Amino acid sequence: MSPLPPTADSQPTGGRQRSAKVFWSQFVYIATGNPVTLIAFSLFLLIVTVAIFGPSLAPFDPLASDAANALQPPSWKHWFGTDNVGRDVFSRVLVATRLDLLISITAVAISFVVGGFLGMLAGYYGGWWDRLVGRMVDTIMAFPLFVLAMGIVAAAGNTVENIVYATAIINVPFYARVARAEVNVRRNAGYVLAAKLAGNSDIRVMALHVFPNALPPMMVQVSLNMGWAILNAAGLSFIGLGVQPPTAEWGIMVAEGANYIVSGEWWMAIFPGAALMLAVFTFNLMGDGLRDLVDPQRRT
Amino acid sequence: MSIPLLDVRDLTVEFATRNGIVRAIDSVSLSVSKGEILGVVGESGSGKSVTSYAVMRILDRAGNILAGETVYSGMDLAHMPEAEVAQLRGREISMIFQNPRTALNPIRKVGHQIEDVLHAHAQAAGANLKIAAIDALKQVRIANPEQRYHSYPFELSGGMCQRVVIAIALACRPQLLIADEPTTGLDVTTQKAIMDLVVDLARERNMGALLITHDLGLASAYCDRIVVMQDGEIVDQGPTKELFANPGHPYTERLIRATPRPDSTLRDLLTDRDDSASSEIPAPATQASSEVLLDVKNLVKTYPVGSASPLSFMDSVRRKVARTPAETFRAVGGISFSVATGESIGLVGESGCGKSTTSSMVSRLIDKTEGEIVFDGVDIGAVPAKDFARHELRSAIQMVFQDPTESLNPRFTAFQSITDPMRRLGGVTSTDEAWSRAERVAKQVGLPTHLLTRFPHQLSGGQKARVVIARAVALNPKLLILDEPTSALDVSVQAVVLNLLADLRQEMAISYIFVSHDLNVVRLLCDRVIVMNAGEIVEQGAADKILSDPQKDYTKSLVAAIPHFSS
Repeated sequence: MSPLPPTADSQPTGGRQRSAKVFWSQFVYIATGNPVTLIAFSLFLLIVTVAIFGPSLAPFDPLASDAANALQPPSWKHWFGTDNVGRDVFSRVLVATRLDLLISITAVAISFVVGGFLGMLAGYYGGWWDRLVGRMVDTIMAFPLFVLAMGIVAAAGNTVENIVYATAIINVPFYARVARAEVNVRRNAGYVLAAKLAGNSDIRVMALHVFPNALPPMMVQVSLNMGWAILNAAGLSFIGLGVQPPTAEWGIMVAEGANYIVSGEWWMAIFPGAALMLAVFTFNLMGDGLRDLVDPQRRT
Repeated sequence: MSIPLLDVRDLTVEFATRNGIVRAIDSVSLSVSKGEILGVVGESGSGKSVTSYAVMRILDRAGNILAGETVYSGMDLAHMPEAEVAQLRGREISMIFQNPRTALNPIRKVGHQIEDVLHAHAQAAGANLKIAAIDALKQVRIANPEQRYHSYPFELSGGMCQRVVIAIALACRPQLLIADEPTTGLDVTTQKAIMDLVVDLARERNMGALLITHDLGLASAYCDRIVVMQDGEIVDQGPTKELFANPGHPYTERLIRATPRPDSTLRDLLTDRDDSASSEIPAPATQASSEVLLDVKNLVKTYPVGSASPLSFMDSVRRKVARTPAETFRAVGGISFSVATGESIGLVGESGCGKSTTSSMVSRLIDKTEGEIVFDGVDIGAVPAKDFARHELRSAIQMVFQDPTESLNPRFTAFQSITDPMRRLGGVTSTDEAWSRAERVAKQVGLPTHLLTRFPHQLSGGQKARVVIARAVALNPKLLILDEPTSALDVSVQAVVLNLLADLRQEMAISYIFVSHDLNVVRLLCDRVIVMNAGEIVEQGAADKILSDPQKDYTKSLVAAIPHFSS
């Protein structure tokens, strides 16, 4: 580098508006740079739209039974056919999106916060924190996770909240481990030491200097986990825990439809199953895009 | 001149990146004869490594040899099928990489790794393999080769690892050796031993060698001929002596000037001194007063041995039962020194000598085990490191770390990094005030203010160094600890940064503790030098005196190991 003369021309523009604009341009850049990411974000947008507007978009009341029209195959009137009591499967699949998404997002948010915090303490302080968190995480991981979730819901009561907590608990170890590893390698980085010299307390160093830099790999974990969390919630409902009929929920619908597959009424199980698959697929695809989005090094 | 062993003609390599195609090297032509050592010198980004990778055909997938040929004893490597090139690699052409630790497989015994290459090229088989491997170790002058055969890389020092890498590279008796920065990251004395070894072996076997380095001193000491690269092109070449005596290109001249020599002054290093007014200003005179700013007395730092081992818990229980004290390693073994106000002292030694531990203790990042650190009349050593962030003297002691890239938070803009200490310790609360102060300090360090909104990855190495220095001086500290601040920088940037540091010291009356392994650099910036080895102070005294007339054997070996060139 040749020494440039200092110039005083540019006045910096601060403020939130600017950072929102930067974020948006970054989003556009990442989405256009990688078609897979673009597809994933479009699908995600679709799922979120359906989750928000699902009840008003649905052509039929998802709970209204119509015995005369039971077990109708897909038609122009009932796109996904009707179930054993004559409810419109399409409407039910649409309406179920909100519940399934809500369960998984809440669960992942809880496990992200709790696991990330525990992992950060373990990685930053090491020593006793590390041993404590490490063994706790090992203990959770020692159980078959789905069985553990079943146990928690069965013991704590058959409610939607308990599904959320159970799903959150079984996901905590993944965040704790990722956070611990990422924080641990950064704990003696030059910029962390410099932050200490600048008078930052440990809490500030962790919150502003270490954790944000550990975020990109954690975002990949979030997106993968969203898929698992949806599957997990649906799985619990499938075996009869958590969400109770007649509430529209993908897992229950697959469970109900499963009985009719042998007799040829495939649409009852296939369509909610496909919705589930699409959601999991979307979240898995989104991982890389999310990581790029929170990584400033990708901004150019 | 005889027919060259390797003849590279008009080699052009392009890389496909997200921002379009980048031409890494453009029409590079060079040749190496048998028994000749050719140095390829240039700063980072000059394309010197890409050239060697292209010759070896180990460019990563984005790289593409666009034009040109690399003729090795009649064969054009650039257009040969991959399978045939693979046959030549290791047997005919070998390469030594920068970091010996990453070049070795960490979970395989070094002897077996040598056997692998012998086996792959059918140089030995069966029982002969082991004999050949031990012989290869002998060749690189490793002590006890029979025992070292069974060692894992982590059991060996950096220098030993590099010897093993060389043993692997030379096991099949190749004709051409490419050494890509073979001694970066090694201590000067180790560097000398390794380079002596490489050159001896090359001469002994009449091999051709390509030495790629950023260090002109190293190239001048070991190469017959030197090629200078800049921005992917060869700008200058010639026999070593002639090149230094009579550089044919201004860039070569600037490089030579920017490399610190035993007789150069700080201002000599500046590459643009002829067309810059500042060069007329003499380097700031020393102005150390007799007033003591920092007084370190019997400072000791010990670490428990093997605390990382999973058995340590049982060990500690056993020790408690048996009432034996825990085994400790003394990183710093009771050193005393003092720094006067405005004085600049150099802390010099090889890796592991305790100089970084000492500086971390003085900057209160880690706790001492014993001793006193009296700063401005206060024993700051008594304040635990974790509480020192809130201490009133925190702003008086600041530090510049080794690698500017690594010491800037990647998520903070330059402005945020520079103003972080002001906001925490300087009582700056409003953004406007922070901006005006950041701009002032940016001007002080010569950082263009429009760069303040950039993230570290959008800045060059020299700009990052300026941001790091700006952050450290933002609070007008009394003592600035510089931990190898220029070791990650190119020589021309190093020259600018060293001059900046000298100017700042003059302007702001800061005391410096300059931690470095490079005596030539230390001499330029420091009044006094403290030489450390194995946690103890070996020698201390005036910088010029230590360098010109060292008293202790250790200091002598350090001084002797620095590769110099005369001009």
